[in-house]
Amino acid sequence: MTIAPLVRTVTVKTTPARAFALFTGRMGQWWPKGKTVGAQPHVDIVIEPRPDGRWFERDADGAETLWGKVLAWEPPGRVLLAWQLNAQWTYDPDLVTELELTFAARPEGGTQVILEHRNLERLGDSAALLAEQLGNGWPGRLRDFADLADTAD
Amino acid sequence: MTYENSAFAALADPTRRAVFERLARGPASVGQVAEGLPVSRPAVSQHLKVLKAAGLVDDHAEGARRVYRLDPRGIGALRDWLDQHWARALDAFQTYADSLEDDLE
Repeated sequence: MTIAPLVRTVTVKTTPARAFALFTGRMGQWWPKGKTVGAQPHVDIVIEPRPDGRWFERDADGAETLWGKVLAWEPPGRVLLAWQLNAQWTYDPDLVTELELTFAARPEGGTQVILEHRNLERLGDSAALLAEQLGNGWPGRLRDFADLADTAD
Repeated sequence: MTYENSAFAALADPTRRAVFERLARGPASVGQVAEGLPVSRPAVSQHLKVLKAAGLVDDHAEGARRVYRLDPRGIGALRDWLDQHWARALDAFQTYADSLEDDLE
């Protein structure tokens, strides 16, 4: 079973190089505050700028919670990340879903950012895990994310 | 909101969740599901009907009996949820990036 990749685009009023730098280098500042996956709110979200670099959040106590890693680091046009959080928002080293970001200059100015999240079927590969998620973990996390997103609006 | 959809409502019932989890281990007939649970066959049938209506389970005939399994389309709920997640993350990014740009203007 496969699930079609998610594709999302957004346009920002800056150059690809700057959009790339902001997206990857200042994620902790633009990512909706309050409820990430760590036990406490994040003070930073770090993508180490190199292949195999870690992707993690850090809280005020310095505790780090992994999200994934860098699979390909190609500024200013592309970064390929491994999103390794399962549907319960828990880091799973055995789970790799690809999250690709591309940054392209638009003829009329600005940069189009395309996000593609693929291999989603891997999130549901274990039907037993899915059952557990649907039964227990999901509703609360969904509510959390809805709250988070609304706060950010 | 996705979390309020009928799939989650359907799974709010512990017995129904047990039925669902049984099918997560593999397709089964009503009788096979009932064997592992302290509920009657008619009760299992009723739970399966609700799960099917919620899009979590589907069934097909195998000879004289009806076999139930998890409906892969139920996993579409996961996709919808992630879609919202990324839409909002990108919105937040756009707001942030554009606000910096506005500062420069």
